[in-house]
Amino acid sequence: MSVPNNLKYAKSHEWVRVEGETAVIGISDHAQHELTDIVYVELPPMGDRVEAGKECAVVESVKAASDIYAPVTGDIVAVNEELTRTPELVNQDPYGKGWMFKVKLSDPAELGELLSPTDYAAHIGA
Amino acid sequence: MIPFGGWDMPVQYAGILTEHLAVRQRVGLFDISHMGEFIVVGPTAETTLNRLFTNDIRKVAVGQAQYTLLCNAAGGILDDLILYRIQPTVFLLIVNAGNIATDFAWLSQHLVVTDQSNQTAALALQGPQARQILDSGLAPFHVARQAVFGKTCWVARTGYTGEDGYEILCDNTDAVFLWNEFLKRGATPCGLGARDTLRLEACLPLHGHDIAVDTTPIEAGLSRFVAFDKGDFSGRDVLLQQRDRGVARKLAAFRMTAAKCPPPRQHYPILDGGQKIGEVTSGTQSPTLACGIGLGYIAAGSAEVGTTIAVEVRGKLFPATIAKKPLYKRGS
Repeated sequence: MSVPNNLKYAKSHEWVRVEGETAVIGISDHAQHELTDIVYVELPPMGDRVEAGKECAVVESVKAASDIYAPVTGDIVAVNEELTRTPELVNQDPYGKGWMFKVKLSDPAELGELLSPTDYAAHIGA
Repeated sequence: MIPFGGWDMPVQYAGILTEHLAVRQRVGLFDISHMGEFIVVGPTAETTLNRLFTNDIRKVAVGQAQYTLLCNAAGGILDDLILYRIQPTVFLLIVNAGNIATDFAWLSQHLVVTDQSNQTAALALQGPQARQILDSGLAPFHVARQAVFGKTCWVARTGYTGEDGYEILCDNTDAVFLWNEFLKRGATPCGLGARDTLRLEACLPLHGHDIAVDTTPIEAGLSRFVAFDKGDFSGRDVLLQQRDRGVARKLAAFRMTAAKCPPPRQHYPILDGGQKIGEVTSGTQSPTLACGIGLGYIAAGSAEVGTTIAVEVRGKLFPATIAKKPLYKRGS
């Protein structure tokens, strides 16, 4: 399972890439593999406020619906509309074209609570 | 791996979609050792089983199989199973893993049952190319004792996928060998995930979801497996009344109709004209039909094929249409 070094991770399997005051968020390679073939993604509306640790999106595989938790608190400033048409991008490219949404960080200190790539790899037993 | 019927079962090997398509287009292999196997022997077995099951055992010749239901006195479905007559007075029953204990207790009140589930492993070889790997000479719904790659097995031309294929019962100690032999010959290993999507497209009910002790064969649309003309059997009075007077709810199949919508799931409410008329019992994204599909008990007035209904997903309504069962038919 791929665990890129330039990202931070939540225990609930979301990844975070910090771009200035914004966090780009998706789900890890491990998560997409566990969820199996993804067929539907429901993203938060633009402008919505999301809270760290609270569910804010849903991905559906053939098998089941799973909640996605916001790893950080802030306002949604972008969502990946491409996933509405091609949800399988989450399986094919979880760290790239499969990104889900961007949050304008309201408390950058929260980033310190997230797991490092090494700790996340240990968390999933990789 | 997930728990299922008391077993740890693989949901998938390569992926549900890949495995699903392998079974529809080529051939897949399932480990179904979790299923229960009972043997019933004796001169009175036929008569007694015919009073317990809904279908008519007298129509099953030696070497034939029959889908049948075990109902309580109220017509509630305790289990669905396949019965095989392997000798004139010897019957093999393949029952659901989750119901082994209750079925055994129920049947044992009436006759002597041997539970062979723990010694018996089972594989299902399913798909249009199954016969290229195993040429058994069996007709559909037939069973025989045969050597498979040198191992003695019960081979039945039955399955739970809507495709042609076999279910192979063997001794536990031969299971890994047979599994590997089938894989070597090109079968794709398939998990519980694909087994569920395949059976749901074929509208084969899953006990504990689409049928259960609080639903009847008439409500579930399984009347053709209820032989009212055979004499008395458990549940007959209630089922006859339901057949003649009609039922308030029916197990209907539906397809989601919006271009992009979430797949239906068990327990999602089903609505018609803003009124709740039922609930989803099984649902998924259909790999073959490329849309959401499901089964659910629906008020009889809204259960006609072609009726537009709505499925509520996380507080939002998505349109669906009641469709003819099965949703997928081989060769269509």
